[in-house]
Amino acid sequence: MALDRSDVEQLAHLARIGIQDEDIPATTAKLSSIMGLIDTMQAVDTSGVEPLAHPLETTQRLRADVVTESNQREALQAIAPATEQGLYLVPRVIE
Amino acid sequence: MQWEIVIGLEIHAQLTTASKIFSGSATTFGAEPNTQASLIDLGMPGTLPVLNAQAVKNAVKFGLAIDAEIGMTNVFARKNYFYPDLPKGYQISQMELPIVGKGHLDITLDDGTVKRVGVTRAHLEEDAGKSLHEDFHGMSGIDLNRAGTPLLEIVSEPDMRSAKEAVAYAKTIHSLVRYLGICDGNMAEGSLRCDCNVSVRPKGQAEFGTRCEIKNVNSFRFIEKAINTEVQRQIELIEDGGKVVQETRLYDPNKDETRSMRSKEEANDYRYFPDPDLLPVVIEPAFIEQVRGELPELPQQKRERFQSEFGLSAYDASVLAASREMADYFEQVQQTCGDAKLAANWVMGELSSLLNKSDIEIEQSPVSASQLGGMILRIKDNTISGKIAKMVFEAMAAGEGDADQIIEARGLKQVTDSGAIEAMLDEVLAANAEQVEQYRASDEAKRGKMFGFFVGQAMKASKGKANPQQVNQLLKQKLEG
Amino acid sequence: MHEKTLAGLSQALRSKAISSVELTEHYLKRIDQLDGTLNSFITVTPELALEQARAADARLADGSAGPLTGIPLAHKDLFCTRGVRTSCGSKMLDNFIAPYESTVTQRFIDAGSVTLGKTNMDEFAMGSSNESSFYGPVRNPWNLEHIPGGSSGGSAAAVAARLCAAATGTDTGGSIRQPSGFNALTGLKPTYGRVSRWGMIAYASSLDQAGPMARTAEDCALLLQAMAGFDDKDSTSVDQPVPDYSAELNQPLAGVRIGLPKEYFASGLDSTTADAIAAAVKQFQALGAEVKDISLPNADLAIPAYYVIASAEASSNLSRFDGVRFGYRCDNPADLTDLYLRSRAEGFGDEVKRRIMVGAYALSAGYYDAYYLQAQKIRRLIKNDFMAAYEQVDVILCPTSPTPAFRIGEKIDDPVSLYLTDIYTITANLAGVPGIALPAGFAGDLPIGMQLLGPYFSEPRLLNIAHQYQQHTDWHTRTPDGF
Repeated sequence: MALDRSDVEQLAHLARIGIQDEDIPATTAKLSSIMGLIDTMQAVDTSGVEPLAHPLETTQRLRADVVTESNQREALQAIAPATEQGLYLVPRVIE
Repeated sequence: MQWEIVIGLEIHAQLTTASKIFSGSATTFGAEPNTQASLIDLGMPGTLPVLNAQAVKNAVKFGLAIDAEIGMTNVFARKNYFYPDLPKGYQISQMELPIVGKGHLDITLDDGTVKRVGVTRAHLEEDAGKSLHEDFHGMSGIDLNRAGTPLLEIVSEPDMRSAKEAVAYAKTIHSLVRYLGICDGNMAEGSLRCDCNVSVRPKGQAEFGTRCEIKNVNSFRFIEKAINTEVQRQIELIEDGGKVVQETRLYDPNKDETRSMRSKEEANDYRYFPDPDLLPVVIEPAFIEQVRGELPELPQQKRERFQSEFGLSAYDASVLAASREMADYFEQVQQTCGDAKLAANWVMGELSSLLNKSDIEIEQSPVSASQLGGMILRIKDNTISGKIAKMVFEAMAAGEGDADQIIEARGLKQVTDSGAIEAMLDEVLAANAEQVEQYRASDEAKRGKMFGFFVGQAMKASKGKANPQQVNQLLKQKLEG
Repeated sequence: MHEKTLAGLSQALRSKAISSVELTEHYLKRIDQLDGTLNSFITVTPELALEQARAADARLADGSAGPLTGIPLAHKDLFCTRGVRTSCGSKMLDNFIAPYESTVTQRFIDAGSVTLGKTNMDEFAMGSSNESSFYGPVRNPWNLEHIPGGSSGGSAAAVAARLCAAATGTDTGGSIRQPSGFNALTGLKPTYGRVSRWGMIAYASSLDQAGPMARTAEDCALLLQAMAGFDDKDSTSVDQPVPDYSAELNQPLAGVRIGLPKEYFASGLDSTTADAIAAAVKQFQALGAEVKDISLPNADLAIPAYYVIASAEASSNLSRFDGVRFGYRCDNPADLTDLYLRSRAEGFGDEVKRRIMVGAYALSAGYYDAYYLQAQKIRRLIKNDFMAAYEQVDVILCPTSPTPAFRIGEKIDDPVSLYLTDIYTITANLAGVPGIALPAGFAGDLPIGMQLLGPYFSEPRLLNIAHQYQQHTDWHTRTPDGF
């Protein structure tokens, strides 16, 4: 399926990836060619076929409800871009 | 125009587990920011979720309690959106195959009628963190301690027709999850949060009106107020020729109004898909039977039993069964004293007002159930009168010991020796000779009123300890003899 | 010393012919001298390596050493290594010092191996040429004008150039097998779930699987022995006993049934590669194997299904890179949206952005059924094809790629033509079955790879067949000129 400029703008926003205006035509062309490759699978009749999410089709194992973690804030925040008083800082969140 | 209100609730109950739903971090409320946020909770690259067995069990308990279909194969899905309190950029939730399917719950309305409310589904998911908006140089601070706390999202059918019904439903859920021990129900700490879907339609119209969702209402009182305010807004809007827009709104209790939240330029597209890091959860029939066997007596069963076993009124039974703690307390009092009606009266009367006054829960009651039951025993064996009992109760509340100790220490034992009572009455009559004369001169109607005066004097003289029945009987003999 | 295979080095270490410190210093010196050209390492960790080598020598001395103790290895830079930068080939994680250890690297630490450093890779493992790395392309040691393959291109080039004894890789759509083929190496993608994914930065969670890249099947058996096993930190890890992968290496091949899928020998396959595989088939027959033609009828659907599933999972897996808790953050974000848009626009490269957008598209409202669900159904058809094939044969033999390694820059502006080079490898990931790549000849100076695919948990059999082939051929013993 060929994408147009507005599709690409919408996808970029949905994925929170900033895109420069001048890059949109090239991105649109490349995404369209990828979707063209993907669309070759549309011709196949898959009615009645169960989707497969995991190759081995096993079931979820459960973990005992036990606390195994201790406070590692200092180590984990040492690699954070911006923290203060133990909090991660981001531009103001407006609700 | 007559309007009909249509309400459905989505209740998020934090499940009481020691650790988070997908990690081994503690879930304790109120810890220092980010000290309970582990690699997994922070969404560190390369980390993976493993499901907490207790969260699954709690959800199954709830499903069984509302007679729901249990999702024997249920699947976790990712709900994708960007928000700073959502570390992975997706919330692990359940979409197509939830752990709890269709069920129902009976709610008792104020007038005593019972209404059945449908529960569409209940699914497991992880909670998000919190944004703190205090000013950090124009920035917000993010605390991820809460991220990954297990939630059960309980979605009702749009079955409620008034704010009061919505509150009754919310209270019933609140009571149920506490009975089941799966959620502490602490609304102030956010353990139980409610989103209200509200719409209005002209009475008689079959299709629903456009609904608005009021997010995160955190008390029963606010549920009622928020819904009423929102209903008013929608009706006024429509009557003024406007249209309700489907959106998320926030209730502001200070202004008693709802306002549009995060005016979104785009519709949310959460791109749900099965979480490839987790496999389908398969619930074995044997597990369901095991959980069913461990279910406690539920509020509705308890109410019915209190009526049939103890002969309590429907009202008393529903008040006493409202919380598991209250019901347990009542039953212990009843067992100690063997008198359900007296036990009910005392628990709902003096005890409840004491708890209200001190603003404490029944678990923290200064008077234990066995103390209260012991005191009622002394009423029943005529050691004390009901009036003296109130004094004893207050003394117990003040920590002066058991009823027997207090009665002994304060000399409150009721006087039943008729010789002593007669002697005391003679003194009272002698001291009030004039009134005795008047009494004897009066007709039957007047005598009734005046008799009360002598009883009062006699009880005062005995400091309330004389047996009231004996006082009555002997006084009558003496005045009329 | 670097001429020796891992198994050879293991013997030399235990016979005290060399020490781990000597060996480690030797490799570090080679990296220093030769990697400037190849660019196969993103980070070299000489201090850590020598410290581990000294500890290994102590274990070798006190008799507590295992076959991997003291062996210098390199790890693909998507395994989290505590205290060492783990970049995933991305600017997004250029500053990311991993705060914990992946299960795979921890198992090598426990085995007493030495970590020389972290190898270059396509950004977030998305690529087949190692050209999408933030740290620049890797050169193929067999011909420096050519790509080494990807996404585990750095690991492949480093092992081929004898800059380490062996390396780890990961394979989501062929990222171990294709570069192994391009570099005359032996590389194994295990059954999905056999090796823990904990600490392995995810590209596509239902497809990703870690495995060894080495010179020989015998070496791969030793490495897989350390890597494989149940891990309770990974819900998709399989709780099944780990066999002795070296035990069956010397089994004769008489009676082994090898299937040749006709779809993998059709148009698009380079004739030199076809000839090399045909020669290998003869060799297998000479060893007693029974060869027959089979069919994987849905094979041509694998590429579209793969790019939907992998991109969809990636679009979600990579949402955590938002500039808040770790990794790259743009300068002076104006507001929250700007923080997201610019951190991700500046931190991710073009191919990663494309796959994120393709994945978001495939999952978005109105398209989910046509793309994501359809791809999952095709995934089922492909798995069924394999299950049907394994009723008739023990293993499947086919090339790893339609052509030998192409030139650097040749396909850089045409993602679709690059995607098509994965045509023979991605079916195994979709079905979750194991596969081993091994050298089958040369086209001029460039290696030709072939692969054997087997049923679930057939790693011992795959290693056995590859080992027997290597006992009778010498492709795997050749060394690129200048290395």
